[in-house]
Amino acid sequence: MSINSTTNKNFTNFYQVKTKHSGLLSWLLTTDHKRIGIMYLVSILTFFLVGLTFAFLMRLEMLTPGPTIVDAQTYNSFFTLHGMIMVFLFIIPGIPAVFGNFFLPLQIGAEDVAFPRLNLMSYHLYLVGAFLALYSLIFQTHIDTGWTFYVPYSLRTGTDVTLTLMAAFILGFSSILTGLNFVTTCHRMRVKGMKMFEMPLFTWALYSTAWIQVVATPIIGITIVLVLLERSFGFGIFDPTLGGDPVLYQHLFWIYSHPAVYIMAIPAFGVISDVVATFSRKSVFGYKVMAYSTLAIAVIGYMVWAHHMFTSGMSDTARTVFSFLTFFVAIPTGVKVFNWVATLWRGTIVLSSPMLMALSAIFLFSIGGLTGLHLGAISTDIHLHDTYFVIAHFHYVIIGGILSMFIAGMHYWFPKMFGTMHNEKVAKTGVVMYFIGANVLYFPMFIMGYMGMPRRYFDYLPEYQIYHVVSTVGSWILISAILLMFINLLIGIFKGKPAGPNPWGAKTLEWTMPSPPPLLNFIETPIPNHDPYDYHDHDERVFREAKEKEKEIINQENS
Amino acid sequence: MFEQTSKYVSTVDGAMLYITAFSVLMLLLITVAMIYFVIKYRASKNPIPTQYHGNIVIEVIWIVIPTIIVLSMFYYGYTDFSELRNTKEYDEEYFVTAKMWDWDFKYENGTITDTLYVPVNKTLKFNITSLDVLHSFYLPAFRIKEDAVPGRDGFIFITPLETGVYDIACAEYCGVNHWDMYKKLVVMEQDEYYAWVESQSKENKPEVTTSEEKTVESESTEMSENNEN
Repeated sequence: MSINSTTNKNFTNFYQVKTKHSGLLSWLLTTDHKRIGIMYLVSILTFFLVGLTFAFLMRLEMLTPGPTIVDAQTYNSFFTLHGMIMVFLFIIPGIPAVFGNFFLPLQIGAEDVAFPRLNLMSYHLYLVGAFLALYSLIFQTHIDTGWTFYVPYSLRTGTDVTLTLMAAFILGFSSILTGLNFVTTCHRMRVKGMKMFEMPLFTWALYSTAWIQVVATPIIGITIVLVLLERSFGFGIFDPTLGGDPVLYQHLFWIYSHPAVYIMAIPAFGVISDVVATFSRKSVFGYKVMAYSTLAIAVIGYMVWAHHMFTSGMSDTARTVFSFLTFFVAIPTGVKVFNWVATLWRGTIVLSSPMLMALSAIFLFSIGGLTGLHLGAISTDIHLHDTYFVIAHFHYVIIGGILSMFIAGMHYWFPKMFGTMHNEKVAKTGVVMYFIGANVLYFPMFIMGYMGMPRRYFDYLPEYQIYHVVSTVGSWILISAILLMFINLLIGIFKGKPAGPNPWGAKTLEWTMPSPPPLLNFIETPIPNHDPYDYHDHDERVFREAKEKEKEIINQENS
Repeated sequence: MFEQTSKYVSTVDGAMLYITAFSVLMLLLITVAMIYFVIKYRASKNPIPTQYHGNIVIEVIWIVIPTIIVLSMFYYGYTDFSELRNTKEYDEEYFVTAKMWDWDFKYENGTITDTLYVPVNKTLKFNITSLDVLHSFYLPAFRIKEDAVPGRDGFIFITPLETGVYDIACAEYCGVNHWDMYKKLVVMEQDEYYAWVESQSKENKPEVTTSEEKTVESESTEMSENNEN
């Protein structure tokens, strides 16, 4: 990464490359992992905004007791749509599909993923599944089962869930194929000289996630097939009137859907690790422990699913065993948090927007993680299960931890993806608003939950109103923050100043090439460091001087 | 918040407090350390980072200590729970049946009401089932919840220590009127309760099998009057 390669003019970047197709087809038929990553980004954010709209409407409905803007049936559709869209279309594909596709090959010095055509097929499956889901959810039925589809209600409800289930089935395949692709890529495509334990932690996170995608996702596929057989042909698997068992469905559902939480979370942890290391100008504290803890979460996360079912009527022995196992998943997660904080120690801390977001995410995610302890202990969970406490817990994890890191990743990798810089001041304002909004929105829910407000309630007792009002105001702050940051980035694409290859002073391999990257990524085969975050000769003053010079060169060339 | 509606409630709240205290402590530790490091090692003050790759002793410490603490949390949760489930002797038994979107409470003598009347200071067993989809029998004031699963019988025990009127809610999503399954649990003085049971068994026995709906309605109005006495 020499100063000479600052400008992008001497290279044809992957946006400019001419292929045999042009226009939209040059995107839809590409096998370039970077274009596929960008397509995922656009699709996923579109669905995210749809899910966000439903969240906004739900909170608005909760502003006053009784009907505020809609009736009970519509409200039930809102939370089902919100859950389905956010879980299956946004947060599960989320970070791996967007940043994994774009940056996994770049971080390990590869030209592309191991199976580029399969990668494109994953995207097509995602698109087909997503449109089928949206069509069935919005135009065909007013689905009202909740995203969990618990039987027997989902078997009996008048709304037609067949098409929606087919969509989830197809989305599952997209996820499996992406996982398969990433596992192979990590093993086979690393640049010569890079060992497994020399990969950046974001790559480690993608690798562990990919294993969960491959191993856990087929179970949801099988479950969906069983539900369809039961709905269409009356097989008695889950419906007690046919001799089935509804609790079996819950087991099958959570055997996938609990690991799915880690499909969402582990990549976010990877982003935090990379961002914290970069802006502390320091190697991650306990790199190997971090890599192993990522694997440990993936493995242990597999064996705790029934903690969603402490009140379901399963045997007392099962409840005890799953409570016991659940606490072990807290350990590697806690270790990660400690290591991130320890990474800051004696570093050189640069409070850029991604770093600020990462620090805010560590705080918010810690609240989400620690309240998981209340839900892991059986006696307290029996009280808190299916109340707003659970809603607060997982939104602190998902909005506070995962969405935060998705947005942090958007800011961190933005200059690499688009070659321009966003406005840092606006971005930081957005981060602060996001932090306030998330707390105002979700904290009152802990109190309500403890007081006994059950979830998925269209109406509530008057004593809860004050908390609902505060929470709804929080939703407005949070949504404004998200829109502010998105608009800021959008403006950055078109009006931002050229970023140069490495505006943040990061050390991982994706920053050694021009921004945006050329078609086959690396101009020269990169030589990896033994430490992916090798800052041993770093001096922030020297780095800033070099940046100033680089800016001048860029300005001259552009004028 | 910290009602003493039963002995079990205070143990659950105790566990809750213990876990919350630990969580707040951890969060403070993490946050204070983060803020301190960010200020102390900011780039303008500390332009040259000290490379430090980790320390195995520290890692072991912060693996082992949290493990011990979280296992103590497991233990608390588990002992409370096993106390709740392994009660062998009880004084009164009730049959709770959930359906879309209502509860039926059946007493040992065959009476069915839609408000649940129970005596104070007795160990009560609730057998819970459902006629259609999943519901969940939730007594927030007693920190207790058990799903009503069609085709299965769940059970819970409570021993109320104070008379009063408490909410019963459905906690498992069951359709359009899921939010509208609130009923009341009325804990009465023992003599008052037994007198009421006595009167019910004389009045209602023949009606129960013939017209369930009517019985339920008439009783509920009757009982709300009783209640005020």
